[in-house]
Amino acid sequence: MSTNIISNTSEWTFELIERYHNEIARVAANYGLDTYPNQIEIITAEQMMDAYSSVGLPVGYHHWSFGKQFLSTEKRYRRGQMGLAYEIVINSNPCIAYLMEENTMMMQALVIAHAAYGHNSFFKGNYLFKTWTNADSIIDYLVFARNYIAECEQRYGHEEVELILDSCHALMNYGVDRYKRPSPLSLQQEQARQQEREEYLQSQVNDLWRTVPSRVTPAGKKVRARFPEEPQENLLYFVEKNAPMLEPWQREVVRIVRKIAQYFYPQRQTQVMNEGWATFWHYTILNTLYDEGLVNDGFMIEFLQSHANVLTQPPYFSKYYSGINPYALGFAMMSDIRRMCENPTDEDREWFPQLAGSDWVKSLDFAMRNFKDESFISQYLSPKVIRDLKLFSVLDDDARSQLEITSIHEERGYRTIRQALADQYNLGSREPNIQVWSVDRGGDRSLTLRHTQYNRRPLHGDTAGEVMRHLARLWGFTVRLETLSEEGGVELLHECVNEKRRH
Amino acid sequence: MAQIIDRRLNGKNKSAINRQRFIKRFKGQIKKAVSDAVAGRSITDMESGEKISIPTKDISEPEFSHGSGGSREMIHPGNVDFIPGDQVDRPSGGGGKGNQASNDGEGEDDFAFELSRDEFLNFFFEDLELPDLVKTRLTTLVKQKSVRAGYTSDGNPSNINVVRSLKGALGRRIALSSPHLAGVRELEAELKQLVADGAGESPRALEIEEEILRLRGKIRAIPFIDTFDLRYNNRVPRPQPSTQAVMFCLMDVSGSMDEARKDIAKRFFILLYLFLTRTYEKIDLVFIRHHTVAKEVDEEDFFHSRESGGTVVSSALELMRDIIAERYPTADWNIYAAQASDGDNWNDDSPICRDLLLGSIMPLVQYFAYIEITPELHQSLWLEYLTVKSACPNFAMQHIESQADIYPVFRELFKKQTA
Repeated sequence: MSTNIISNTSEWTFELIERYHNEIARVAANYGLDTYPNQIEIITAEQMMDAYSSVGLPVGYHHWSFGKQFLSTEKRYRRGQMGLAYEIVINSNPCIAYLMEENTMMMQALVIAHAAYGHNSFFKGNYLFKTWTNADSIIDYLVFARNYIAECEQRYGHEEVELILDSCHALMNYGVDRYKRPSPLSLQQEQARQQEREEYLQSQVNDLWRTVPSRVTPAGKKVRARFPEEPQENLLYFVEKNAPMLEPWQREVVRIVRKIAQYFYPQRQTQVMNEGWATFWHYTILNTLYDEGLVNDGFMIEFLQSHANVLTQPPYFSKYYSGINPYALGFAMMSDIRRMCENPTDEDREWFPQLAGSDWVKSLDFAMRNFKDESFISQYLSPKVIRDLKLFSVLDDDARSQLEITSIHEERGYRTIRQALADQYNLGSREPNIQVWSVDRGGDRSLTLRHTQYNRRPLHGDTAGEVMRHLARLWGFTVRLETLSEEGGVELLHECVNEKRRH
Repeated sequence: MAQIIDRRLNGKNKSAINRQRFIKRFKGQIKKAVSDAVAGRSITDMESGEKISIPTKDISEPEFSHGSGGSREMIHPGNVDFIPGDQVDRPSGGGGKGNQASNDGEGEDDFAFELSRDEFLNFFFEDLELPDLVKTRLTTLVKQKSVRAGYTSDGNPSNINVVRSLKGALGRRIALSSPHLAGVRELEAELKQLVADGAGESPRALEIEEEILRLRGKIRAIPFIDTFDLRYNNRVPRPQPSTQAVMFCLMDVSGSMDEARKDIAKRFFILLYLFLTRTYEKIDLVFIRHHTVAKEVDEEDFFHSRESGGTVVSSALELMRDIIAERYPTADWNIYAAQASDGDNWNDDSPICRDLLLGSIMPLVQYFAYIEITPELHQSLWLEYLTVKSACPNFAMQHIESQADIYPVFRELFKKQTA
């Protein structure tokens, strides 16, 4: 047996990385993981900090907020308050995974299994990534974006560009399409040209700012055509297309920020699944290597320690508690799906008849492909996981003086906990629901946003005010923010009067 | 299928630009933090980087988020003994409200980060310039060094280049004598022939001998060296900026200067020193302390040894004047002086100080800065110095009371002068 062991030392070399990679690739292929080609890059800790501060993008435009991120990462790292993440992986084709030079051989193997096969296959297979991100062209787009913005900075001064970027960043989370789906790629390409033409025509007859003649109803009451006809969820898109005062280059900058926001949107929606999936696979793959006698006991002990660290879930009363650890929850659920397929109990048969006894590789693959965090939890969170994690739900209602424990890990609580947890991962309820409500085309050109309250939760007043100022900068005219309460009352929250006119 | 790439040799400072952007953007806040740091920190930190913190709210990036209130159901792990229907008090600090539990406990009010030494000093010295620096530059341009630039045909005798001149002379001699020499050789050959033919006494032979003598005479008449041959070493003056400065630190160490005041004075001196290090390659420091008599001491003694007694400021000024005359010719040195005192002086001495400054010191120095560290009213020295100030634009005086005053004072003293 011992002759098969790949290495006995914790030092890594390029040859060893290659050998480990080959073994991991072989095992992953046996489990049917479908991935983009891998590009594994060895980097230093400093470079890792750089990668960190550019939100993991290998190429990024320049902005002070990345500098701020870098400074705080650097400070915490230098003082030892924070270890750097072991890995960063980029959803691109080929899929770029970074290995840090400081890591041990075991850690490099773990990262390869986790990032280059776990995350990579998730990026390639999950429907959200397939729909919303284009792994083939993202690097090219980022290069384009950086060059474009650098060019704008040269031409218009970097302060000008920075102002626009600041404002766009404030609205970045509202620069994504949530509900609308793009049409399939081939059709999309086909439409691209047509759309171009259409846009050109529209720019010729941009009837948006032509004062619309008001129709006179028989009763003599003026009725104005509503604009937009329906509320718009993608604020940056709306700004890009409709803001009256933006220069063409400013629209392009808005578009760049919006595109990047959209690129990251699937990642924000699949944190639990993505990490759970990658963690499940590094665990499974490395254990397979161990079973095959390719790695020794020392390797496994070191591995299990790191693995356990990643999965630590402090209980709610711990001072280290900071919410549910997505690695722990995701790994527990992924492992539980496998368990239910292989060794179902009666409870599992009752709850998950479709899983019990099925091929676990296929069932997991199906789960990975077709869900996001919210739907994944509401579909697959099993009573056993709820019991293992001892989940309970707390109702915080400002109308009451105390919190109420509504459900715990018991028979009558499973469904409500599952529902509440799924809801917790629903970006739609985590982020305030704010949409473009109307534009006063015939009047002062003011833009009105409407916040629709959910569970009576109000907006954070201070930050909302600041964001509105950013929006006013982009829009160029007065902007308003209304809130629609659950009882149906509408209240004006903020108004930024902007009389800026350019000649 | 997989490519393994070693990127370690790629640049690691991809974030440098973003970092600069950040610093540039929050210049105002960082400046203030630097100013506070100067007031509050010990001198030894000045030469190192600095930890700077600026209020988080100034640099936050706003986004729409939920405020507290409303109703929400949260799932937490690790239930111990809750059962449905339990009522619990809200944790203090609003846990369970707000955005994320993690945001509550931390209370990060300030965003802290490190400035490198250079960045720190740059902020510190930002838009400061030594007064009359332009003038200083111009004056230092006048100082010139002569450098070799080949040879010239006229010059003063002490610059004669002997080798070069003699080479020229030799060449000239060879050139001028060669036609005559050729004639001589020809005639000698003919004479030899005549002698061999037995016609050595013929008139032709005599004629030839005469001719040879004439030609040899001509050759002898060629001067060994002519003024025409002289070559002189040529030197041209090239302007050379002076890169050295001397800084005189003058301090009153009489009994009335207590430790706190000395500390303030020290900070002031060090700031001046730091500033000079950025302008000059080489800086000499001269420490002169005085009570009734002045003494040149080393830095350690300057700040730390204790003295007592009365105060005669002019003693220090006299010593400074003498040291300048002895060791620091103004052609080579940019002279700066900083004087710290509590304002005490023997009354009759103050006019002497004024005259010393006006008469023999101010013309020599680039800059003279006087700070008076006292919470009390000004005394005679201050009043006399006021006249100096009105007479000399390169004299500055300031009154400071506490440690926190130093930085603004420093700026005031050395603030950029509009040309």
